[in-house]
Amino acid sequence: MIEKADQIFVILAHWLVSFLPAWLQHPAIVLLAVVGIIVTFPALFAITVLLERKGLGRMQNRFGPNRVGPLGIFQPVADGLKSLTKEDIVPLSADAVVHFLAPVFLVVVVFMGYAVLPIGRNMTLVNMDAGLLFFFAIGASSELSVFMAGWSSRNKYSLLGAMRAVAQMISYEVPLLMSSVAVVMITGSLSLGKIVDAQNQYTYGLPHWYIFTPWGFAGFILFAIAATAETNRSPFDLPEGESELVAGYFTEYSGFKFALFFLGEYVGMMGISGLGTTLFLGGYSAPFSFLNWVPSWIWFFSKIMLSMCVFIWVRGTLPRLRQDQLMNFAWKFVLPLSLLNLMVAGIWRFMGDGLLRWVVCSAILLLVYVLMARAGMKREHFGPRSYRYAE
Amino acid sequence: MSIVFYIIAGLSVAGALAAVLLKNTVHCALALTVAFAGLALMFLELDAQFAGFAQILVYIGAVAILVVFAILLTRGSETPKDTVYSRNPIIGLVTAAGIFAMLGWAVLHSAQALPGSGGTPMAAPTVTVMDIGNSLMGRYVLPLEIVALLLTAALIGAVIVAMHEKESAK
Repeated sequence: MIEKADQIFVILAHWLVSFLPAWLQHPAIVLLAVVGIIVTFPALFAITVLLERKGLGRMQNRFGPNRVGPLGIFQPVADGLKSLTKEDIVPLSADAVVHFLAPVFLVVVVFMGYAVLPIGRNMTLVNMDAGLLFFFAIGASSELSVFMAGWSSRNKYSLLGAMRAVAQMISYEVPLLMSSVAVVMITGSLSLGKIVDAQNQYTYGLPHWYIFTPWGFAGFILFAIAATAETNRSPFDLPEGESELVAGYFTEYSGFKFALFFLGEYVGMMGISGLGTTLFLGGYSAPFSFLNWVPSWIWFFSKIMLSMCVFIWVRGTLPRLRQDQLMNFAWKFVLPLSLLNLMVAGIWRFMGDGLLRWVVCSAILLLVYVLMARAGMKREHFGPRSYRYAE
Repeated sequence: MSIVFYIIAGLSVAGALAAVLLKNTVHCALALTVAFAGLALMFLELDAQFAGFAQILVYIGAVAILVVFAILLTRGSETPKDTVYSRNPIIGLVTAAGIFAMLGWAVLHSAQALPGSGGTPMAAPTVTVMDIGNSLMGRYVLPLEIVALLLTAALIGAVIVAMHEKESAK
């Protein structure tokens, strides 16, 4: 029974294709999986948008959407209908072909990333040897669509937004890769399936997730920062900072193309949350061994939605950075720390089992972080809180 | 040769041709990206996963972005009014044909140059990412270090070029 609940989608897919002739079965099962991904994640996107608007509303002391349906839960439906029926305006001077291709390219690329994510036990679309590399390669090409959108609009705000976005995405891709490489070093494989398997073990009922190791914890924080910047989320949402650039690279988009950008951004966020989950949070494995009876895909989706909630929380809490702060933060803070993390992961790898490696690795990381914090605090001068206008 | 090969080959050739023939520089850069993607797909079709993904990551994710950035930052991305083609295309054609012939000859004769194969084509070896890592860290560690040194030097050079010259300003 437990086994069946765990594998319900796999069994269902096999049952559905069993009506087809033998030579069609394999293509059909791939097609089913693709359709499943393309249906599930936009549905989650609708839920997330509602959650975000409601949650941000609560954080900012207002109600959020509450008109469509009970408590406003049908707001995504109304939004979708609205974006479908709105006029699709293309500026006269815009480059029509590139302007059209940019959102399409973004959505295609963003969905391709899910091909390698292990969503549940035996639920990976393509279980490739270099899955992690595939994810990053695909993620890197989404920068191109941002550039295409910004350039083809022939609008200075769009172009500025695109330049900012591309510069930011290139800068934060380095720490994103570096923090993931630590996981690859420890696991010894680029296959996401093997990375999950390595974490799917329990000692005294507690999991072997990488976040519960010194290098994994530091790496996860760095990964989360870089992932937030990579998806252009607040506090790194300068490319679409509405106070400066109207809406950044998609200023000139309206109607369903705008909706596609919106969808692409959120599905991309879920994809990178899925990757972070796979790398550091044990993928589809349960947080305690006695919870193993809960189907694996439920854990995966709960972890994704949890990280989406953190994204929303961070957006409601932190102010936007300045462009120079953003770049300084990437190159002078996150990158050196992810390099340090690589070294610590190497030490961890070669010290063998035992308590000593916990002590040594934690000590190195703690020492560096505390010293950096001390040095940073010394430069700032924190006096008693002063008010400029509200005295 | 399968259908997939012809699709990929057509895509790459079309992308490369468009990169040469289009007038707008940004369009050319985007078309070049299509050619890069075609090459990456070709690597994947040949079961060289690492090379294919590295191609996407480096060429589409970095080189193409760098190209469009350079176009935007240096000269206008407007389409020039007059022709952009070279006035004497013969030299270019001859050069391209010469290089193509040399590369083709090298590829066709590569089987003989391999040690121990005796001129007969070998069965395709299965190369995993782990093998690549092992040989990079083992046999080819010196070239790897030299490349790393070169890249570091380039990085430092770029920083020095971009640095504010505070002393000379005063």
